[in-house]
Amino acid sequence: MSGTEERPEPARDPGLQPERTRMAWRRTTLSCAVAVVLAWRQVLLTGEPTAAEVVLVALLVLAGLAFLTAAHTRIRRLAAPAAAGPPRTMGIRTALLAAGCTLVLVGLGAAITL
Amino acid sequence: MSFPDRVRAFAVDLRLWFAPERLRSEGSTPDYRFSLANERTFLAWLRTAFALIGGGFAVDQFLPSLHQTVRTVFTVALLAGGALCAVRSVNHWVRCERAMRRGEDLPSSRFPALLGAGVGLLAVAIAAVVLLGWTR
Repeated sequence: MSGTEERPEPARDPGLQPERTRMAWRRTTLSCAVAVVLAWRQVLLTGEPTAAEVVLVALLVLAGLAFLTAAHTRIRRLAAPAAAGPPRTMGIRTALLAAGCTLVLVGLGAAITL
Repeated sequence: MSFPDRVRAFAVDLRLWFAPERLRSEGSTPDYRFSLANERTFLAWLRTAFALIGGGFAVDQFLPSLHQTVRTVFTVALLAGGALCAVRSVNHWVRCERAMRRGEDLPSSRFPALLGAGVGLLAVAIAAVVLLGWTR
């Protein structure tokens, strides 16, 4: 029993690309949360919220949660061990979901503001 | 490129948005590190969109002494800028991914310059309005 056995060493990625991409998703989720909270605050400032405003805030939180779900799914994919092979390219559906949440945020924000 | 050509090119890109298998059928899969870099660029643009949207809400909430109409114009401009950034982030990601698969040059774009100019003008306008004290 010596340490000379051939063991497939997972290729080390000196650029830490998956880690960096995971953290990019994390900070984008944070930016999304800040925008959601600011939109929510918009409702709080106008006094007692109406039923319509409660619905708008609920949709706002849902959009934020949808973004979080997309980000979390992608982060888990990227966190797979290096031995499992190189990480797969992001799918267009993930990109569309993330950008779609942003557009929903704009729509709800406009509805709240105007 | 003339305007009709641009519209046609955008229509071709748009087909890639909703048919993921079409993108995969182009060329060959690039080094995964390039794809991840492209993904991070996409995310950076998305953060820019969130920053513009948050800025729109901030103008509305933190400049209460401003004339209502002026405030609304700034807010809508920033929200629209955020929406534009989000849509473009997807399109740019698709175009870069396709160029890498085909082994072509990455697409060049006028968007960053236009966005920079727009944000700069908006910042100057907001500063001027606040300094002049254009209140109701």
